[in-house]
Amino acid sequence: MTAVCAADNIISPLGWTTEENIAAVLAGRSALMPHEWAFGLTEPFVASLVDRTAVSERFGAYAGMYTVFEQMCILSIREAVSAAGIDASSAALVLSTTKANVDSLGTPHYVPPADSAARIAAAVGVALPPLVVSNACISGVCAQIEAKRILAGGKVPAVIVCGCDVQSRFIVSGFQSFKALSPQECRPFDASRCGLNLGEAAATVVYVAKDRTQSGGWILRSGAVRNDANHISGPSRTGEGSYRALRHVTAGIAVEDLAFISAHGTATPYNDEMESIAIERAGLLGVPVNSFKGYYGHTMGAAGVLECILSMHAFDRGLIPATRGFGTLGVSRPVDVSAAVRDVPPRARGFVKLISGFGGCNAAALFLKGGE
Amino acid sequence: MASVNVMRKVEISSDAVSVDGVALPVCGSGEAMLDWIYRTHVGGYPKYHKMDLLCKLGFIASELLLAGEDGRFVPRDDRAVILFNRTGSQCDDLRYLSTITEGEGYFPSPAVFVYTLPNIVTGEIAIRNKYYGETSFYLISGPDTWMMLEVAGQAMDCGGVSSALTGWVECPGEDKLECMMMLAEKTVNFAD
Repeated sequence: MTAVCAADNIISPLGWTTEENIAAVLAGRSALMPHEWAFGLTEPFVASLVDRTAVSERFGAYAGMYTVFEQMCILSIREAVSAAGIDASSAALVLSTTKANVDSLGTPHYVPPADSAARIAAAVGVALPPLVVSNACISGVCAQIEAKRILAGGKVPAVIVCGCDVQSRFIVSGFQSFKALSPQECRPFDASRCGLNLGEAAATVVYVAKDRTQSGGWILRSGAVRNDANHISGPSRTGEGSYRALRHVTAGIAVEDLAFISAHGTATPYNDEMESIAIERAGLLGVPVNSFKGYYGHTMGAAGVLECILSMHAFDRGLIPATRGFGTLGVSRPVDVSAAVRDVPPRARGFVKLISGFGGCNAAALFLKGGE
Repeated sequence: MASVNVMRKVEISSDAVSVDGVALPVCGSGEAMLDWIYRTHVGGYPKYHKMDLLCKLGFIASELLLAGEDGRFVPRDDRAVILFNRTGSQCDDLRYLSTITEGEGYFPSPAVFVYTLPNIVTGEIAIRNKYYGETSFYLISGPDTWMMLEVAGQAMDCGGVSSALTGWVECPGEDKLECMMMLAEKTVNFAD
């Protein structure tokens, strides 16, 4: 049995559905905007933020019972579950978030993440106890790997994976204190890149167990999580964990099988450089590389889910997404960064998602279309 | 399907410690107790003093669990670190929150912010022991040993993972400790 993608949804400033989001990305539209005095912060920043009022209005009558984080998760999960046609009451739920409701920490309304997951599960009709992956920025890929493992266990027919984070004074001030934010729209892999932008989104993918021979859809073929064992907040100079994760998921796969690598590509000087080293070490320099951060910023717990969904839908249209903000290569290894949209070569069967985060963690996943 | 065997177990509460069910005499409680264990049974690792309470708790538990293991500190990627709690990094989150109050009190610290992710403890353990394998942190509603071993067991069913440090590492409040960490190994059951 294998994990096959049955349906998905993306909620972001670029749209309420995957269709709206992929159309915006392929048209080169970005949700990044300058924000002054947002969250009471004196230092301005560029970010992709959802309209909270619009989320509550779309949620409807019971919005007041839920936090913004919960409303976004519930809206996204409902869309994806309905499109997948699964019975949520027999499915498992894996949530991916780094900070969940941290915007209300310290107030009487604060709901810890595990409790919030239980409220979300109840709202969408999931009966099993939910699992929350909190593995920094790689959580969204880890949650999908966990879904594949749960399905392999054979106890549930479907797993709902939802990634979401909302921005707040807490998170933005922390990244500002790290000097990690770019004062302009971020420029992944570019020579002039100087930091990341933060973003907000909820993204859901529903995986179902299918016989390998029967599947015609997207398969999560292989996933790996590896640690740099080097530093808690800085990427490895040798790209150790990312290299090891890439090597694991691409074993036995030819470079020509891969349409592209959807990199983390945060546009911090160190991250993009580290990824270029890992890609070279894994023997994948011949594969086009792209980053979605120029459209959405870094959506944290949502990123790994959001970027896999966008990759699947771009591939389905025969297109390799462009890296908005990229102009001149600014990493030491000659990675083939897609500046503009390109056609998927006829031989390509899928793509690789690569992601890394604080705590020295890295993850890679191989997605193949239409069987093994 | 492999079966999972618990080889060793360390339990830590706010004022007591046991290793494989045998009480370890300790001094003090909360963070002071962890610092005392560090000085008495570990030592020589200055990074310990930079850690937040959650990392100190996970680090000390892993040290007691792995003490004397053959081939320790030899780089490896076949051992996963898969830990769980309910509140994530809430203890350090509250500490960071106190540094970003409006006006005069606004002085966000990167050294505090970096610990506002619960998976940092898995990274600290990986760095200490040179583990290049899987590190993961999950949030669940309570210390359900069966659920934790199931998640760790699923990881061990994937290629390349032969053992895992797994269990519950929680700081529900200032100086409050809850930890139950296990060294679990995979044994292939040929009868399956």
